Amino acid sequence: MKRRFTFFLGVVILAVMPMALAQSGGLGLPKAVEAGSAFSIRTSGSGRAVLYIVGPGQVLRRSVQLGEPELFAPGDLHNAGHYLAVLVSGASTENGAFDVTAAQQPSTLSFLAKPSRVAVDSHDGISGVVYVFDTFQNLVLAPAQVSFQLSGVAGAAQTRTVMSHNGVAWTKMNSAAKEGSGQFVTQVGSATGTRVIQQVPGEPCGLRISARPSGQRLAVQTDPVRDCSGNVVPDGTIVTFTETYEGGESTVDAPLKQGVARAEMPAYNGAKISVATGVVLGNEIRWGRE
Amino acid sequence: MTTGRILAALITAATVVLIAVATLWPVHSAVAMAGSGASLLSSSSTPQAAVESLAGEIGRQEWEKAYSSLANKSEFTEPEFVRDLTGNYPSIRTYATLDSSDLRPLHATADEAQIQLKLRWSTVVGTFLDTRTLQVVRTDDRWAVSWPIVKEPRVPPQVIPVNYLRWDVIYRGPADDWGAQDVEAPHVRIVDMHPVDRADGVVLMGELLNEDVVPAFVTVKATLLAKDGSAIASEDSFDKISHVLLPKQVTPFLIAFHDVALSQVDSVHMDPAATLIAASADPVIEIEDQHLNPAPGASFTGKLINQSGQIVSVAHVLGTFYDKNGQLVWVADQYVDRALLPEIPVSFAMSIPADIASKVSSERAITATYSSGRFQ
Repeated sequence: MKRRFTFFLGVVILAVMPMALAQSGGLGLPKAVEAGSAFSIRTSGSGRAVLYIVGPGQVLRRSVQLGEPELFAPGDLHNAGHYLAVLVSGASTENGAFDVTAAQQPSTLSFLAKPSRVAVDSHDGISGVVYVFDTFQNLVLAPAQVSFQLSGVAGAAQTRTVMSHNGVAWTKMNSAAKEGSGQFVTQVGSATGTRVIQQVPGEPCGLRISARPSGQRLAVQTDPVRDCSGNVVPDGTIVTFTETYEGGESTVDAPLKQGVARAEMPAYNGAKISVATGVVLGNEIRWGRE
Repeated sequence: MTTGRILAALITAATVVLIAVATLWPVHSAVAMAGSGASLLSSSSTPQAAVESLAGEIGRQEWEKAYSSLANKSEFTEPEFVRDLTGNYPSIRTYATLDSSDLRPLHATADEAQIQLKLRWSTVVGTFLDTRTLQVVRTDDRWAVSWPIVKEPRVPPQVIPVNYLRWDVIYRGPADDWGAQDVEAPHVRIVDMHPVDRADGVVLMGELLNEDVVPAFVTVKATLLAKDGSAIASEDSFDKISHVLLPKQVTPFLIAFHDVALSQVDSVHMDPAATLIAASADPVIEIEDQHLNPAPGASFTGKLINQSGQIVSVAHVLGTFYDKNGQLVWVADQYVDRALLPEIPVSFAMSIPADIASKVSSERAITATYSSGRFQ
């Protein structure tokens, strides 16, 4: 409703502008105002008039004394953008325009870090994008120095510093060799943003199984499953045991529990038992005699 | 006017004739599924009539009547008879309704006959066939069926310790700021894809890998594109896939495009989708004694053994078949109609098209399970 009113008022003011242009000349406007700061508008002449300030998402109406400056308190105008000022005095109208710019001091950051979960040892696998805003959520277009830091559970932190361009800065980082939660921190002045990047083990490496009798059946299990950097592959990862024997086959999809996958399989003499997880193959063992 | 009257008279006469024909020579399945009308027609005067009557009572779930008509009811109780047909534990059978029945006389003497009864049950995942060979015996002037009871094993009361593993997910909330992180969707990848031209259309088969460390709910959608880039048809894998993929698990998928020829297709747009879900790593199902049985009647058979303590209500077996070069040539599936009890083997069999069966050199099977009251 408020926006509709603003739009309607803007349309009315624009409609009367050509007439106003012919009589303008006594309105003293600043060229630019920092969002949220105090400022004044000079007027000339005598008597009372009404001053309208129309901008993005905001309209002010003031009753002013012509010839005296009209003061605006800090915070009166807080949305950055192009503003129109119209002074209406009886039948005459004067107008002008000025800009409200974002505050110089960054106050808040919107920090997009992707992905939130990444495999270890991934080159440029993590990206961070920062949008810099002032107190009033205006995008700070002036260049600002933005620092990014990714620190993991071990090893030195990675640091990058980039200048923001039109309010945006971005970078890419490598994931660590060791699994764990990494803190991805960005800072612009006193404004900071933090995201957690979960660095998870990569593909299993050197998958091996062993088997032993368990009653009438075979108990097969893997050695502790690790990736190529030595990180323990998470529990729940599916390991497929396949036993092939004369004329038949048995398979079990078993999850890793405490780093090891276990299953029971039929005990056939001469059976071959192999193991795989995802697209990674492990060793193959032969049970009993041919 | 006269022509209209003649036409009305003809329609009336034809209706009367058709009603009479349907009453005197009804379709078996219609009789089986009919209500009170069936009792007028049912009879135990012949072995076939006795079996038809029993099938009708099973179809109408008139358990008491069906049980009382049996010749060997002293061998088992009525609840055991009902459980034979509907299952001891919640399973696909529990919620099935009899769609139709067929009988085939195998052998007959003056006092005894052998008849094969095929009960076609309808379920939410399709139909399944329950085939029983029945002995029908004559007592005085009546024939009665001797029911071949299949007693489902029962698990003795016990405690089975399970090292339970489960993932739970907390998603981004509505109060979080714009730009705040959400949990990452699982990363999945199509590792194999192969289109095949079949008589009824194009079939797309492939395999999908969850390469992440979290469980995923997956679907695969495919769009066939013509040479000019226009979409010919778009389909998804529906239930020819295991939708819940645990970390590093691979599922086959099959997408059927009816009435499309492969020659019309220039390219295929594949759209695998994955959503992070809460899931459990149990139960573990062993697929034992897997056999490829050659044509005629080529099939893939095996037994499922539940290695966990949890009773599985529905098990879906997906078979992936490869040729001697390791090329994927077919994907088949089957739902098992009985619940999987701990350590009790349950057989499955899925058919393979005759022309495909000759190419199959190896296979891989996986199971997707559903336990009553809990997902996966």
